[in-house]
Amino acid sequence: MIRLLRPGDWLLLVLATAACAASLPLALNGGIAERAVIKRDGEIVAQFPLDKARKFAVTGALGSTVIEVKPGAARILSDPGPRQYCVRQGWLTEVNAIAICAPSHVSLALVGRSQGYDSLNY
Amino acid sequence: MPFIELKPTEEDHRIARYAAAAIVLSLAEAAIPSPLPGVKPGLANIITLVVLARHGFASAAWVTLLRVVAGSLLLGQFLGPGFFLSLSGALASLSILALAMHLPPRWFGPVGLSLLASFAHICGQLILARLWLVPHDGLYYLVPFFSVAALVFGLANGLAAAKLLENAAAKSLRMGEGSAASASS
Repeated sequence: MIRLLRPGDWLLLVLATAACAASLPLALNGGIAERAVIKRDGEIVAQFPLDKARKFAVTGALGSTVIEVKPGAARILSDPGPRQYCVRQGWLTEVNAIAICAPSHVSLALVGRSQGYDSLNY
Repeated sequence: MPFIELKPTEEDHRIARYAAAAIVLSLAEAAIPSPLPGVKPGLANIITLVVLARHGFASAAWVTLLRVVAGSLLLGQFLGPGFFLSLSGALASLSILALAMHLPPRWFGPVGLSLLASFAHICGQLILARLWLVPHDGLYYLVPFFSVAALVFGLANGLAAAKLLENAAAKSLRMGEGSAASASS
């Protein structure tokens, strides 16, 4: 068995094993944001996979909040709130990232396969 | 009425025999349940490696592509997603083999070529899958599973091909039996 392997084969075998080891973290972390979850008053209003571009309007406490989704990211496009914090956060790309439009009672969160935190308090 | 007679050459016969053995191996392994769709031993690649070493790249490419097309016809996947995934993997591994066959044979044998081909195979499939079937990054979660499969099966198939090539008694007519027996051992 061993003699069937030539020196370069051993080298490639080592490199291939290293490539496998290097790719393991991809399976271990829940690091890829897969869905955008939109909530109003803590209730889920809509969920979208982050696969294609789309816009969604949710009626919050002050008026209409527009959420924009594109592959791999989502943002609050517009919100009637006075300080525009959630709009100015821009595109969310990381898993568990969240933009909260408090005056409108609307939030936009990105979720992956696993939850990064047990709970979040503000 | 003109009569067209196709005269198959000796090479045509040889390619057909090897392709038949490769098709049998793909059909046999299609019956093996897999924990993850797309993870298969790829036993037919043993044939590709043997043909490449004995008869050169053109024959190996013929055998591989015939196996992909005829195998998918027999499994009812022709022009389905499974066919295109298998074709993209086959084209990627044939491309890397076309380059790697020029590596010095003193240093690189069938096992090395098999590993290169198996990794090229999953790369080709992942690129097609990412562009077409699963157009978002969730696919990369599967990369470690595919690469471990490429490592294990690339090594096993390479060893089987090396053993077959070493065994001078294995005549081309008996390739089917020979490769199946050694792959399962």
